[in-house]
Amino acid sequence: MKTTAGPPLLDVQGLAKTFPLHRPMLKVLLGAPRLTVHALNGVSFSVRRGETLGIVGESGCGKSTLARCLVRLIEPDGGSIRYDGADVRALTGAERRAFNRRVQLIFQDPYSSLNPRMTVRQTLSEALRVHRLCPPGEIAGRVAGLLDLVRLPQDSLDRYPHEFSGGQRQRIGIARALSVEPNCLIADELVSALDVSVQAQVINLLLELQERLELTVLFVAHDLRLVRHISHRVAVMYLGRIVELDRTERLFSAPSHPYTQALLGAAPELDPTRRRRTAAVRGELPSPVAIPPGCPFHPRCPYAFDACLRERPELHRSAGGGLAACHLVTMPQAAHAT
Amino acid sequence: MRSRAIASEAGPGIALAIRGLATTFAMSTGLVRAVDGIDLDVRAGEVLGLVGESGCGKSVTLRSLVRLVRPPGRIEGRAIWQGKDLLALPERELRDVRGKEIAMIFQEPMTALNPVLSIRQQIDENLKAHTGLGRAERTRRAIELLDLVGIPSAAERLDSYPHQFSGGMRQRVMIAIALASQPRLLLADEPTTALDVTIQDQILKLLLELRDRLGMSVILVTHDLGVVAQTCDRVAVMYAGQIMEVGPVVEVFRNPRHAYTLGLLGSMPGGGAIRQPLRSIEGAPPSLVDLPRGCPFAPRCTFVTDACRQRRPDLVQVAADHLSACVHHDQVAKAVS
Repeated sequence: MKTTAGPPLLDVQGLAKTFPLHRPMLKVLLGAPRLTVHALNGVSFSVRRGETLGIVGESGCGKSTLARCLVRLIEPDGGSIRYDGADVRALTGAERRAFNRRVQLIFQDPYSSLNPRMTVRQTLSEALRVHRLCPPGEIAGRVAGLLDLVRLPQDSLDRYPHEFSGGQRQRIGIARALSVEPNCLIADELVSALDVSVQAQVINLLLELQERLELTVLFVAHDLRLVRHISHRVAVMYLGRIVELDRTERLFSAPSHPYTQALLGAAPELDPTRRRRTAAVRGELPSPVAIPPGCPFHPRCPYAFDACLRERPELHRSAGGGLAACHLVTMPQAAHAT
Repeated sequence: MRSRAIASEAGPGIALAIRGLATTFAMSTGLVRAVDGIDLDVRAGEVLGLVGESGCGKSVTLRSLVRLVRPPGRIEGRAIWQGKDLLALPERELRDVRGKEIAMIFQEPMTALNPVLSIRQQIDENLKAHTGLGRAERTRRAIELLDLVGIPSAAERLDSYPHQFSGGMRQRVMIAIALASQPRLLLADEPTTALDVTIQDQILKLLLELRDRLGMSVILVTHDLGVVAQTCDRVAVMYAGQIMEVGPVVEVFRNPRHAYTLGLLGSMPGGGAIRQPLRSIEGAPPSLVDLPRGCPFAPRCTFVTDACRQRRPDLVQVAADHLSACVHHDQVAKAVS
């Protein structure tokens, strides 16, 4: 699908979110400091109409918090979200309901995200009724159409979620999201609970539906191969920040940020003749409670130099044309000094 | 019905010979055939990958080898290890093999360690049971082991508890415990599935390095073909409790000779063009209670003919060191090239 030029559909600037960490009463009495999880530390990006933006990162990088903030399941602490020009965080009443309808989140776990006591018919018609999208007499027809859309048999209607396999449940989840005719889908680890052969079915369905319904998709996942396959552009997150954002081909063929390089190196390649003998990156992921000062990646970075310990690099245009938050991008000569 | 012509004794270079392994669970819904007649050799010093989708029986196969299957599970067949049949050994003798000569690591480093025992106690347990070392020597050995698996400042971490370690570090501790008795065979059940990709990479490289240093064999159970490609010497592809294809990793990935392997490789994103449809396998695996009479993959297979449905195909040699249980392995080979 062609992505259109012009103003972005979704524009996010400086999004921030922290969560207070639970302290046991004893620690409170002993005066232990209040700890916070820094889930999002100023995330900025925009998504064009019809585009698929992949958001990739390891656990704790904030990608799921980001997905939830965008649909206001979690209220961010700071930053702005603009959807189709409107300030999402200021929406109320009918405008907010309209936004809720246009931007739909599909959850990761097909086992817990469907109500086990609701039949597929009830699950798919609920949102139609709540949003009063069609007269009650037409709901049955719409629901039948949704099943066709995600290629589930019509006799699924009066069955309960437990009667379906994981892949089928994820199709129900997609149908539910599509029931309110959204413009934008946010898929949070859409297929990571599924086996590869079933994953491929769901991915093919998503690609096809995106073309047909002209959807904008935010594809949040940890699987690099999958993100590469489906995205026009990819944002790499590390400890609550975007460290690199670029066109998919360029990001995967010539990554600028050392973390992206490490991540790509660590992802097991399918070609058994191309093996590395040593691990791609040393060290563990730091805790989002105590994010390292300066560049958050510096303790694991093979190229770290003094500036990386002091100053946090911001996203800058790299020589290749993408965005990267690395001092080596802004000060390429420093690489030779180390 | 299956090829039983394989020599009953393990040949040279074979560490473990599995013959006719079948594990069934009598459930109220019927007899679940989790492992349905497996013949497989594990060679000395190799990393053998056991790959397949969920429910294919790969983990049950691994657990059956050391009889870690809970009732109502029933294990049949033979597993010849150093001249002994592990599946017929009295429980007391098995205990000398399990945890000593054959060690196991599990998927969940969060639950496989005992949360109320220090790391020292958990390594010590194995050292006490399987070595004749004295107390001071055991401590020295425990530190050595933590060092070996790459835990920084091992001596100081010895008295830490599992919750004080990250997921990757816990998996390292698990490996240290498993290695305490200097096993000849390590059974690894999805050891990196719960870990992030950069940590997975570290653990897999560690396993390979330890295999080289200690000269042990490893059976690595995984659902991730990428992990197989990067880690294993040979691979056995499982489906519905049966082995579909076995061969050297490069050979199986380059020239798959089973329709299921071909489908599985095609389902993986990353090979083809961006945003093009993946070659998915339609349908879902069969119920293990009600397996089709012939090839279990026949209902989903694009190469299927009547021959596939009539009888279960034998695992036959299709190339040097390469076995396939596909009636149409020739057509599959043509489809690849």
